[in-house]
Amino acid sequence: MHIMEGFLPWQWCIFWYLVSAPFIIYGVYLLNRRIRENRETLSLLAVSGAFIFLLSSLKMPSPVAGSCSHPTGTGLSTVLFGPITTCVLSLIVLVFQALFLAHGGITTLGANVFSMGIAGPLLGYAVYRLGRAVNLNPFANIFLVTAIADLFTYVVTAVELAAAFPATQGGFLVSFGTFFAIYAVTQVPLAILEGALIALVFKYIVQSRSDILVKLKVLTPVQVTKIMESFA
Amino acid sequence: MNSGILSKYRLEILFVAVVVVFVTVFLIQNVNIQAAAKPGQETWQGSDDMGSAAIEATGYHPWISPLWTPPSTEVESLLFSIQTGIGALVIGYFFGYYRGRRDRQNTP
Repeated sequence: MHIMEGFLPWQWCIFWYLVSAPFIIYGVYLLNRRIRENRETLSLLAVSGAFIFLLSSLKMPSPVAGSCSHPTGTGLSTVLFGPITTCVLSLIVLVFQALFLAHGGITTLGANVFSMGIAGPLLGYAVYRLGRAVNLNPFANIFLVTAIADLFTYVVTAVELAAAFPATQGGFLVSFGTFFAIYAVTQVPLAILEGALIALVFKYIVQSRSDILVKLKVLTPVQVTKIMESFA
Repeated sequence: MNSGILSKYRLEILFVAVVVVFVTVFLIQNVNIQAAAKPGQETWQGSDDMGSAAIEATGYHPWISPLWTPPSTEVESLLFSIQTGIGALVIGYFFGYYRGRRDRQNTP
């Protein structure tokens, strides 16, 4: 999903910076408030951020496409802290990769933050709320959220590139097809694998710090008891 | 209590099953892809690089290059490993801390 340095015309760089900025500003505000008021939850915030760090560094082969790509790791923090906080965590990772790895770029940072940190987590969060509303099993829900946040990030990258580089014949849609094939198709198996991993990690978090999950209103005490009993 | 263990570790079993399917499909696909590849053709490329290549194919040239680029793929993979390591360190630290905290609460 990384658009490389210089690979977006400058008008689009500015456009995506402007789109992402309000989310980042509000996210930093929320993060500051959380650090001041709710210190207990900070350890899970660090763990969520660390998963984004870890998973987005893994370039994995995608069996369906014969190419390599990387997971985004944003699912856990989307569920625990919401999409707005997630965009700040993603920004940190993307800046690290742009500066030290020449992966992504500073000019394309706005576009990359939007796909990985904002669009993916926002849709993931919508799925999460929907899953809760219909009483979906929490683990199935987290699997779905993670996989969809991952997959949608790559769909949005394809949209961003198709908008900047519409095909001379056929325009946006033809171009979108090209980039969708490169990015989104590759991502399907990785999204499934990532979803399964985060669902498993969530089990360990319930088992070790259910108190924080209750505080964050991710689970009710009744749900915690039920989950603990089901793994006893 | 065989079924008890299966139920206790059902998520672990599910995860391992997903990994096994993933790796199996990868290995089979790899054989096909290597057989079809022309000599010297690069396989299992990064999708990010393929995206950049597709952009350059339209005749576009990047208007700015990164301030610093890792001088070789070895250095690049080192830096990616450091990123992985930082993430794993933080995760391991807190899960270890949670574990110690739980043990302490359980001992009277």
